Amino acid sequence: MHKNPQLNKHGELQHLLTIDGLPAATLRHILDTAESFLNIAEREVRKVPLLRGKAIFNLFFEPSTRTRTTFEIAAKKLSADVINLNIGTSSQSKGETLLDTVNNLSAMQADMFIVRHSESGAAHLIARHVEPHIHVVNAGDGRHAHPTQALLDMFTIRHYKQDLTRLRVAIVGDMLHSRVARSQIHALTTLGVPEVRMIGPKTLIPTCAERMGVQVYHDMEKGLKDVDVIIMLRLQNERMRGALLPSAQEYFKYYGLTAEKLALARPDAIVMHPGPMNRGVEIESSVADGVQSVILSQVTFGIAVRMAVMSILAGSEGGEQ
Amino acid sequence: MQLPEIDALILEMARQIKPHLTAESALVGIHTGGAWVAEKLSELFDVPLPFGTLDISFYRDDFSRIGLHPQVKPSHIPFEVEDRHIILVDDVLNTGRTIRAAMNELFDYGRPASIRLAVLVDRGGRELPIEAQIVGAHLKLAAAQNIQLNRGESGRLSLSLHEKTA
Repeated sequence: MHKNPQLNKHGELQHLLTIDGLPAATLRHILDTAESFLNIAEREVRKVPLLRGKAIFNLFFEPSTRTRTTFEIAAKKLSADVINLNIGTSSQSKGETLLDTVNNLSAMQADMFIVRHSESGAAHLIARHVEPHIHVVNAGDGRHAHPTQALLDMFTIRHYKQDLTRLRVAIVGDMLHSRVARSQIHALTTLGVPEVRMIGPKTLIPTCAERMGVQVYHDMEKGLKDVDVIIMLRLQNERMRGALLPSAQEYFKYYGLTAEKLALARPDAIVMHPGPMNRGVEIESSVADGVQSVILSQVTFGIAVRMAVMSILAGSEGGEQ
Repeated sequence: MQLPEIDALILEMARQIKPHLTAESALVGIHTGGAWVAEKLSELFDVPLPFGTLDISFYRDDFSRIGLHPQVKPSHIPFEVEDRHIILVDDVLNTGRTIRAAMNELFDYGRPASIRLAVLVDRGGRELPIEAQIVGAHLKLAAAQNIQLNRGESGRLSLSLHEKTA
Protein backbone atom coordinates (compact mmCIF):
# COMPACT_ATOMS: atom_id res chain seq x y z
CA MET A 1 0.00 0.00 0.00
CA HIS A 2 1.19 3.50 -0.75
CA LYS A 3 2.17 5.24 2.47
CA ASN A 4 1.09 8.79 3.03
CA PRO A 5 4.23 10.72 4.04
CA GLN A 6 2.08 13.01 6.19
CA LEU A 7 0.88 10.30 8.58
CA ASN A 8 2.88 8.41 11.22
CA LYS A 9 2.51 4.70 11.95
CA HIS A 10 -0.53 5.38 14.16
CA GLY A 11 -2.27 7.25 11.34
CA GLU A 12 -1.74 10.59 13.11
CA LEU A 13 -0.86 13.73 11.21
CA GLN A 14 2.91 14.20 11.42
CA HIS A 15 3.29 16.86 8.70
CA LEU A 16 0.69 18.83 6.75
CA LEU A 17 1.90 18.94 3.16
CA THR A 18 -1.19 18.52 1.00
CA ILE A 19 -4.90 17.81 1.37
CA ASP A 20 -4.67 15.15 -1.33
CA GLY A 21 -4.90 11.72 0.28
CA LEU A 22 -5.91 12.83 3.78
CA PRO A 23 -8.96 11.04 5.21
CA ALA A 24 -12.14 13.06 5.83
CA ALA A 25 -11.86 12.24 9.55
CA THR A 26 -8.48 13.98 9.73
CA LEU A 27 -9.86 17.10 8.04
CA ARG A 28 -12.88 17.13 10.37
CA HIS A 29 -10.63 16.71 13.42
CA ILE A 30 -8.68 19.82 12.38
CA LEU A 31 -11.88 21.82 11.79
CA ASP A 32 -13.42 20.69 15.11
CA THR A 33 -10.26 21.56 17.01
CA ALA A 34 -10.17 24.99 15.35
CA GLU A 35 -13.71 25.54 16.67
CA SER A 36 -12.31 25.34 20.23
CA PHE A 37 -9.61 27.91 19.48
CA LEU A 38 -12.08 30.42 18.10
CA ASN A 39 -13.47 31.72 21.40
CA ILE A 40 -10.03 32.23 22.97
CA ALA A 41 -10.13 35.63 21.27
CA GLU A 42 -12.95 36.68 23.62
CA ARG A 43 -11.08 35.96 26.85
CA GLU A 44 -8.96 38.29 28.93
CA VAL A 45 -5.82 36.27 28.13
CA ARG A 46 -5.98 35.52 24.42
CA LYS A 47 -3.53 32.65 24.36
CA VAL A 48 -3.15 29.11 25.67
CA PRO A 49 0.04 27.47 27.02
CA LEU A 50 -0.08 24.42 24.73
CA LEU A 51 3.18 24.92 22.80
CA ARG A 52 5.16 26.69 25.51
CA GLY A 53 8.87 26.15 24.94
CA LYS A 54 8.46 24.98 21.32
CA ALA A 55 10.32 26.81 18.56
CA ILE A 56 8.45 27.36 15.32
CA PHE A 57 10.40 28.62 12.32
CA ASN A 58 8.57 30.48 9.56
CA LEU A 59 10.68 29.64 6.50
CA PHE A 60 9.52 31.89 3.71
CA PHE A 61 11.50 31.39 0.52
CA GLU A 62 8.81 33.38 -1.30
CA PRO A 63 7.36 36.61 0.09
CA SER A 64 3.91 36.57 1.73
CA THR A 65 2.66 38.97 4.35
CA ARG A 66 -0.73 37.58 5.27
CA THR A 67 0.07 33.89 5.45
CA ARG A 68 3.29 34.48 7.39
CA THR A 69 1.54 36.86 9.79
CA THR A 70 -1.40 34.55 10.50
CA PHE A 71 0.99 31.63 11.14
CA GLU A 72 2.97 33.87 13.46
CA ILE A 73 -0.13 35.01 15.35
CA ALA A 74 -1.38 31.43 15.60
CA ALA A 75 1.95 30.20 16.97
CA LYS A 76 2.09 33.04 19.50
CA LYS A 77 -1.46 32.31 20.66
CA LEU A 78 -0.23 28.78 21.38
CA SER A 79 2.66 30.32 23.41
CA ALA A 80 5.33 29.01 21.03
CA ASP A 81 8.47 30.97 20.19
CA VAL A 82 8.37 32.14 16.58
CA ILE A 83 11.36 32.85 14.40
CA ASN A 84 10.68 34.48 11.03
CA LEU A 85 13.14 33.91 8.23
CA ASN A 86 12.79 35.44 4.82
CA ILE A 87 15.31 33.24 3.14
CA GLY A 88 15.00 34.52 -0.38
CA THR A 89 17.06 37.46 0.68
CA SER A 90 19.80 35.76 2.70
CA SER A 91 21.40 32.34 2.50
CA GLN A 92 19.85 31.17 -0.77
CA SER A 93 21.33 34.13 -2.58
CA LYS A 94 24.69 33.12 -1.10
CA GLY A 95 24.36 29.71 -2.74
CA GLU A 96 23.32 27.55 0.23
CA THR A 97 21.08 24.64 -0.75
CA LEU A 98 17.59 24.19 0.68
CA LEU A 99 18.62 21.17 2.74
CA ASP A 100 21.73 22.90 4.08
CA THR A 101 19.52 25.74 5.26
CA VAL A 102 17.18 23.27 6.94
CA ASN A 103 20.07 21.39 8.58
CA ASN A 104 21.38 24.60 10.04
CA LEU A 105 18.00 25.59 11.38
CA SER A 106 17.40 22.12 12.83
CA ALA A 107 20.67 22.53 14.73
CA MET A 108 19.07 25.64 16.27
CA GLN A 109 16.55 23.30 17.94
CA ALA A 110 13.52 23.83 15.78
CA ASP A 111 10.34 21.88 16.57
CA MET A 112 8.35 22.91 13.51
CA PHE A 113 8.95 24.44 10.10
CA ILE A 114 6.29 26.45 8.30
CA VAL A 115 7.48 26.45 4.69
CA ARG A 116 6.54 28.69 1.78
CA HIS A 117 8.46 28.08 -1.45
CA SER A 118 8.03 28.87 -5.13
CA GLU A 119 8.98 25.31 -6.12
CA SER A 120 6.35 22.57 -5.95
CA GLY A 121 7.43 19.81 -3.57
CA ALA A 122 9.78 21.91 -1.41
CA ALA A 123 7.88 21.16 1.81
CA HIS A 124 7.79 17.43 0.97
CA LEU A 125 11.54 17.44 0.45
CA ILE A 126 12.10 19.08 3.83
CA ALA A 127 9.66 16.72 5.57
CA ARG A 128 11.50 13.68 4.20
CA HIS A 129 14.79 15.07 5.35
CA VAL A 130 14.20 16.39 8.89
CA GLU A 131 14.63 14.45 12.11
CA PRO A 132 11.52 12.58 13.27
CA HIS A 133 10.60 14.99 16.07
CA ILE A 134 10.37 17.95 13.66
CA HIS A 135 7.03 18.72 12.01
CA VAL A 136 6.57 20.49 8.68
CA VAL A 137 3.61 22.57 7.49
CA ASN A 138 3.35 23.48 3.84
CA ALA A 139 2.35 27.16 3.63
CA GLY A 140 2.24 27.06 -0.17
CA ASP A 141 4.59 25.35 -2.63
CA GLY A 142 4.72 26.46 -6.26
CA ARG A 143 1.58 25.47 -8.13
CA HIS A 144 1.09 22.40 -5.98
CA ALA A 145 -0.72 22.91 -2.67
CA HIS A 146 -1.71 25.35 0.07
CA PRO A 147 -3.44 23.07 2.57
CA THR A 148 -4.04 25.50 5.45
CA GLN A 149 -5.75 27.96 3.08
CA ALA A 150 -8.06 25.17 1.90
CA LEU A 151 -8.78 24.14 5.49
CA LEU A 152 -9.68 27.67 6.56
CA ASP A 153 -11.93 27.90 3.52
CA MET A 154 -13.67 24.67 4.57
CA PHE A 155 -14.00 26.06 8.11
CA THR A 156 -15.59 29.22 6.69
CA ILE A 157 -18.02 27.29 4.49
CA ARG A 158 -18.99 25.01 7.38
CA HIS A 159 -19.44 28.03 9.67
CA TYR A 160 -21.95 29.69 7.32
CA LYS A 161 -23.54 26.66 5.63
CA GLN A 162 -23.22 23.88 8.29
CA ASP A 163 -23.93 20.83 6.09
CA LEU A 164 -21.34 20.50 3.30
CA THR A 165 -23.04 17.54 1.68
CA ARG A 166 -25.79 19.62 0.07
CA LEU A 167 -23.74 22.41 -1.43
CA ARG A 168 -22.91 23.72 -4.86
CA VAL A 169 -19.53 25.46 -4.78
CA ALA A 170 -18.05 27.49 -7.66
CA ILE A 171 -14.35 28.37 -7.86
CA VAL A 172 -13.71 31.22 -10.29
CA GLY A 173 -10.47 32.26 -11.93
CA ASP A 174 -6.97 31.03 -12.68
CA MET A 175 -6.90 27.40 -11.66
CA LEU A 176 -3.89 26.60 -13.79
CA HIS A 177 -1.43 28.43 -11.57
CA SER A 178 -3.38 28.13 -8.33
CA ARG A 179 -2.18 25.90 -5.50
CA VAL A 180 -5.13 27.25 -3.53
CA ALA A 181 -7.69 25.91 -6.03
CA ARG A 182 -6.05 22.49 -6.16
CA SER A 183 -6.14 22.14 -2.37
CA GLN A 184 -9.71 23.48 -2.20
CA ILE A 185 -10.95 20.92 -4.72
CA HIS A 186 -9.37 18.04 -2.78
CA ALA A 187 -10.83 19.33 0.49
CA LEU A 188 -14.31 19.93 -0.94
CA THR A 189 -14.56 16.49 -2.52
CA THR A 190 -13.08 14.72 0.53
CA LEU A 191 -15.65 16.41 2.79
CA GLY A 192 -18.49 15.29 0.54
CA VAL A 193 -19.48 18.46 -1.35
CA PRO A 194 -21.54 16.97 -4.20
CA GLU A 195 -21.01 19.65 -6.82
CA VAL A 196 -17.82 21.63 -7.40
CA ARG A 197 -17.71 23.94 -10.41
CA MET A 198 -14.65 25.53 -11.93
CA ILE A 199 -15.25 28.72 -13.87
CA GLY A 200 -12.59 30.40 -15.99
CA PRO A 201 -11.14 30.91 -19.46
CA LYS A 202 -9.86 27.85 -21.37
CA THR A 203 -6.28 29.07 -21.06
CA LEU A 204 -6.43 29.07 -17.24
CA ILE A 205 -8.15 25.75 -16.58
CA PRO A 206 -5.92 22.67 -16.75
CA THR A 207 -6.99 19.78 -18.93
CA CYS A 208 -7.03 17.48 -15.90
CA ALA A 209 -9.76 19.55 -14.16
CA GLU A 210 -12.58 17.18 -14.99
CA ARG A 211 -10.60 14.19 -13.77
CA MET A 212 -10.45 15.91 -10.35
CA GLY A 213 -14.24 15.63 -10.21
CA VAL A 214 -15.18 19.22 -11.04
CA GLN A 215 -17.56 20.57 -13.66
CA VAL A 216 -15.90 23.10 -15.94
CA TYR A 217 -17.70 26.26 -17.11
CA HIS A 218 -16.27 28.92 -19.40
CA ASP A 219 -19.42 31.04 -19.20
CA MET A 220 -19.51 32.63 -15.74
CA GLU A 221 -23.22 33.40 -15.90
CA LYS A 222 -24.08 29.73 -16.44
CA GLY A 223 -21.57 28.59 -13.88
CA LEU A 224 -22.84 30.79 -11.05
CA LYS A 225 -26.46 29.74 -11.40
CA ASP A 226 -27.85 28.54 -8.05
CA VAL A 227 -24.49 28.09 -6.30
CA ASP A 228 -24.25 28.35 -2.49
CA VAL A 229 -20.60 29.36 -2.29
CA ILE A 230 -18.45 31.44 -4.67
CA ILE A 231 -14.70 31.27 -4.22
CA MET A 232 -12.84 33.89 -6.22
CA LEU A 233 -9.19 33.22 -6.97
CA ARG A 234 -6.58 35.91 -7.17
CA LEU A 235 -5.51 36.75 -10.71
CA GLN A 236 -1.76 36.96 -10.59
CA ASN A 237 -0.69 40.02 -12.51
CA GLU A 238 2.41 38.31 -13.82
CA ARG A 239 0.15 35.96 -15.84
CA MET A 240 -1.02 38.93 -17.79
CA ARG A 241 2.35 39.28 -19.48
CA GLY A 242 2.14 35.96 -21.32
CA ALA A 243 -0.38 35.15 -23.99
CA LEU A 244 -2.80 33.65 -21.48
CA LEU A 245 -4.94 36.75 -21.01
CA PRO A 246 -5.62 39.85 -23.08
CA SER A 247 -5.94 42.47 -20.30
CA ALA A 248 -7.27 43.06 -16.81
CA GLN A 249 -10.24 45.00 -18.20
CA GLU A 250 -11.10 42.16 -20.55
CA TYR A 251 -10.78 39.62 -17.74
CA PHE A 252 -13.05 41.63 -15.45
CA LYS A 253 -15.67 41.83 -18.18
CA TYR A 254 -15.92 38.03 -18.46
CA TYR A 255 -14.80 36.68 -15.10
CA GLY A 256 -14.96 39.55 -12.60
CA LEU A 257 -17.59 39.10 -9.88
CA THR A 258 -20.09 41.95 -10.08
CA ALA A 259 -23.35 42.49 -8.20
CA GLU A 260 -25.30 41.48 -11.34
CA LYS A 261 -23.44 38.18 -11.66
CA LEU A 262 -23.69 37.51 -7.93
CA ALA A 263 -27.48 37.80 -8.24
CA LEU A 264 -27.44 34.61 -10.35
CA ALA A 265 -26.26 32.57 -7.36
CA ARG A 266 -28.57 31.59 -4.53
CA PRO A 267 -29.74 34.63 -2.54
CA ASP A 268 -27.87 33.41 0.57
CA ALA A 269 -24.66 32.57 -1.32
CA ILE A 270 -21.40 33.58 0.35
CA VAL A 271 -18.45 35.18 -1.45
CA MET A 272 -14.92 34.13 -0.54
CA HIS A 273 -11.43 35.19 -1.63
CA PRO A 274 -8.05 33.98 -0.32
CA GLY A 275 -6.53 37.47 -0.65
CA PRO A 276 -4.89 39.68 -1.53
CA MET A 277 -7.71 40.95 -3.77
CA ASN A 278 -7.34 42.80 -7.04
CA ARG A 279 -10.38 45.07 -6.84
CA GLY A 280 -11.76 45.74 -10.27
CA VAL A 281 -9.92 42.77 -11.80
CA GLU A 282 -11.47 39.62 -10.32
CA ILE A 283 -13.97 41.23 -7.96
CA GLU A 284 -15.98 44.46 -7.88
CA SER A 285 -15.40 46.56 -4.74
CA SER A 286 -19.10 46.67 -3.82
CA VAL A 287 -19.18 42.84 -3.83
CA ALA A 288 -15.93 42.49 -1.88
CA ASP A 289 -17.36 44.78 0.82
CA GLY A 290 -20.96 43.61 0.47
CA VAL A 291 -23.18 41.69 2.89
CA GLN A 292 -22.53 38.36 1.18
CA SER A 293 -18.76 38.72 1.48
CA VAL A 294 -17.11 36.63 4.21
CA ILE A 295 -13.57 37.52 3.15
CA LEU A 296 -12.53 39.08 6.46
CA SER A 297 -14.01 36.18 8.44
CA GLN A 298 -11.73 33.92 6.42
CA VAL A 299 -8.73 35.78 7.82
CA THR A 300 -9.96 35.45 11.42
CA PHE A 301 -10.82 31.76 11.00
CA GLY A 302 -7.40 31.24 9.40
CA ILE A 303 -5.74 31.89 12.75
CA ALA A 304 -7.88 29.31 14.60
CA VAL A 305 -7.36 26.74 11.83
CA ARG A 306 -3.57 27.22 11.87
CA MET A 307 -3.58 26.90 15.68
CA ALA A 308 -5.41 23.59 15.27
CA VAL A 309 -2.95 22.32 12.65
CA MET A 310 0.10 23.26 14.70
CA SER A 311 -1.22 21.79 17.94
CA ILE A 312 -2.29 18.53 16.32
CA LEU A 313 1.09 18.15 14.60
CA ALA A 314 3.08 19.06 17.73
CA GLY A 315 1.13 16.48 19.70
CA SER A 316 1.69 13.62 17.27
CA GLU A 317 4.43 11.15 17.90
CA GLY A 318 7.39 11.36 15.54
CA GLY A 319 9.38 8.40 14.35
CA GLU A 320 9.61 5.82 11.64
CA GLN A 321 6.50 5.28 9.59
CA MET B 1 -18.10 -2.97 45.35
CA GLN B 2 -21.42 -1.20 45.80
CA LEU B 3 -21.30 2.16 43.96
CA PRO B 4 -23.34 5.04 45.38
CA GLU B 5 -26.48 6.48 43.73
CA ILE B 6 -25.67 9.67 41.84
CA ASP B 7 -28.81 11.61 42.82
CA ALA B 8 -28.03 11.24 46.52
CA LEU B 9 -24.44 12.37 45.95
CA ILE B 10 -25.52 15.45 44.03
CA LEU B 11 -28.04 16.39 46.74
CA GLU B 12 -25.27 16.03 49.32
CA MET B 13 -23.03 18.31 47.23
CA ALA B 14 -25.82 20.91 46.96
CA ARG B 15 -26.31 20.81 50.74
CA GLN B 16 -22.60 21.54 51.25
CA ILE B 17 -22.57 24.31 48.62
CA LYS B 18 -25.64 26.20 49.92
CA PRO B 19 -24.07 28.01 52.90
CA HIS B 20 -21.39 29.47 50.62
CA LEU B 21 -23.67 30.90 47.93
CA THR B 22 -23.57 34.63 47.28
CA ALA B 23 -24.89 36.90 44.55
CA GLU B 24 -21.48 36.52 42.87
CA SER B 25 -21.43 32.71 42.79
CA ALA B 26 -21.19 30.71 39.57
CA LEU B 27 -20.74 27.05 38.64
CA VAL B 28 -18.07 25.84 36.23
CA GLY B 29 -18.08 22.19 35.20
CA ILE B 30 -15.08 20.41 33.66
CA HIS B 31 -15.76 18.46 30.44
CA THR B 32 -17.33 16.00 30.27
CA GLY B 33 -18.46 14.45 33.56
CA GLY B 34 -17.97 17.61 35.64
CA ALA B 35 -20.18 19.53 33.22
CA TRP B 36 -22.98 16.95 33.65
CA VAL B 37 -22.74 17.21 37.46
CA ALA B 38 -22.62 21.02 37.38
CA GLU B 39 -25.69 21.12 35.15
CA LYS B 40 -27.66 18.96 37.62
CA LEU B 41 -26.41 21.07 40.54
CA SER B 42 -27.43 24.31 38.85
CA GLU B 43 -31.08 23.19 38.98
CA LEU B 44 -31.08 22.54 42.74
CA PHE B 45 -30.87 26.07 44.14
CA ASP B 46 -33.66 28.61 44.73
CA VAL B 47 -31.96 31.10 42.44
CA PRO B 48 -30.50 29.61 39.24
CA LEU B 49 -26.70 29.89 39.22
CA PRO B 50 -24.74 31.03 36.17
CA PHE B 51 -23.21 27.92 34.63
CA GLY B 52 -20.19 27.45 32.38
CA THR B 53 -18.05 24.60 31.08
CA LEU B 54 -14.30 24.16 30.64
CA ASP B 55 -12.41 21.84 28.30
CA ILE B 56 -8.90 21.72 29.72
CA SER B 57 -7.26 20.05 26.67
CA PHE B 58 -5.12 23.12 25.92
CA TYR B 59 -3.87 23.24 29.53
CA ARG B 60 -3.01 19.60 30.20
CA ASP B 61 0.47 18.77 31.51
CA ASP B 62 0.76 15.57 29.45
CA PHE B 63 0.39 17.17 25.99
CA SER B 64 4.02 16.50 25.08
CA ARG B 65 3.57 12.83 26.03
CA ILE B 66 0.19 11.95 24.59
CA GLY B 67 -0.65 14.84 22.26
CA LEU B 68 -3.90 16.66 21.82
CA HIS B 69 -7.08 15.05 23.05
CA PRO B 70 -8.95 13.69 20.00
CA GLN B 71 -12.22 15.41 20.90
CA VAL B 72 -11.65 18.92 22.14
CA LYS B 73 -14.83 20.85 22.92
CA PRO B 74 -14.93 24.63 23.15
CA SER B 75 -14.90 26.04 26.67
CA HIS B 76 -17.97 28.14 27.34
CA ILE B 77 -18.02 30.68 30.18
CA PRO B 78 -21.02 32.97 29.57
CA PHE B 79 -20.27 35.36 32.48
CA GLU B 80 -17.43 37.54 33.76
CA VAL B 81 -14.98 35.50 35.84
CA GLU B 82 -13.46 38.65 37.38
CA ASP B 83 -14.45 38.88 41.09
CA ARG B 84 -16.75 35.82 40.95
CA HIS B 85 -16.96 33.16 43.62
CA ILE B 86 -16.46 30.13 41.41
CA ILE B 87 -17.57 26.63 42.33
CA LEU B 88 -15.43 24.39 40.15
CA VAL B 89 -17.12 21.02 39.58
CA ASP B 90 -15.61 17.71 38.48
CA ASP B 91 -16.83 14.13 38.57
CA VAL B 92 -13.81 12.31 40.01
CA LEU B 93 -10.89 13.81 41.95
CA ASN B 94 -7.76 11.69 41.64
CA THR B 95 -4.25 13.08 41.01
CA GLY B 96 -5.37 16.72 41.04
CA ARG B 97 -3.73 17.43 37.66
CA THR B 98 -7.03 18.15 35.91
CA ILE B 99 -7.90 20.70 38.61
CA ARG B 100 -4.53 22.44 38.24
CA ALA B 101 -5.14 22.74 34.49
CA ALA B 102 -8.71 23.97 35.05
CA MET B 103 -7.58 26.67 37.48
CA ASN B 104 -4.93 27.86 35.04
CA GLU B 105 -7.54 28.11 32.31
CA LEU B 106 -10.04 29.92 34.59
CA PHE B 107 -7.45 32.59 35.38
CA ASP B 108 -7.08 33.29 31.65
CA TYR B 109 -10.73 34.44 31.76
CA GLY B 110 -10.14 36.79 34.70
CA ARG B 111 -9.28 36.90 38.40
CA PRO B 112 -11.97 35.16 40.43
CA ALA B 113 -12.64 36.29 44.01
CA SER B 114 -12.41 32.64 45.12
CA ILE B 115 -12.56 29.09 43.80
CA ARG B 116 -14.10 26.17 45.71
CA LEU B 117 -13.68 22.65 44.39
CA ALA B 118 -16.74 20.40 44.36
CA VAL B 119 -16.42 16.74 43.29
CA LEU B 120 -18.85 13.88 43.05
CA VAL B 121 -16.25 11.31 44.13
CA ASP B 122 -12.87 11.75 45.81
CA ARG B 123 -10.96 8.55 45.13
CA GLY B 124 -7.62 9.64 46.65
CA GLY B 125 -4.27 9.28 44.87
CA ARG B 126 -3.27 12.94 44.85
CA GLU B 127 -0.04 13.97 43.14
CA LEU B 128 -0.52 17.71 43.76
CA PRO B 129 -1.48 19.73 46.85
CA ILE B 130 -5.13 20.10 45.81
CA GLU B 131 -8.18 19.28 47.94
CA ALA B 132 -11.93 19.48 47.42
CA GLN B 133 -14.07 21.50 49.86
CA ILE B 134 -17.27 19.82 48.68
CA VAL B 135 -17.31 16.05 48.26
CA GLY B 136 -20.23 13.75 47.37
CA ALA B 137 -18.45 10.60 48.53
CA HIS B 138 -14.97 9.37 49.45
CA LEU B 139 -14.16 6.00 47.84
CA LYS B 140 -11.09 3.89 48.47
CA LEU B 141 -10.02 2.38 45.15
CA ALA B 142 -6.99 0.35 44.16
CA ALA B 143 -4.52 2.24 41.97
CA ALA B 144 -5.30 -0.15 39.09
CA GLN B 145 -9.00 0.74 39.17
CA ASN B 146 -10.71 3.52 37.22
CA ILE B 147 -14.03 5.00 38.20
CA GLN B 148 -16.03 6.64 35.45
CA LEU B 149 -19.20 8.69 35.23
CA ASN B 150 -21.55 7.75 32.37
CA ARG B 151 -24.66 9.43 31.00
CA GLY B 152 -27.43 7.32 29.52
CA GLU B 153 -29.72 8.43 26.70
CA SER B 154 -32.36 9.66 29.15
CA GLY B 155 -29.73 11.87 30.81
CA ARG B 156 -29.42 9.54 33.80
CA LEU B 157 -25.97 9.53 35.37
CA SER B 158 -24.28 6.41 36.75
CA LEU B 159 -20.84 5.35 37.99
CA SER B 160 -18.91 2.34 36.74
CA LEU B 161 -15.61 0.68 37.71
CA HIS B 162 -12.97 -0.48 35.19
CA GLU B 163 -9.56 -2.06 35.43
CA LYS B 164 -6.98 0.38 34.05
CA THR B 165 -5.56 -0.67 30.71
CA ALA B 166 -1.82 -0.23 30.45
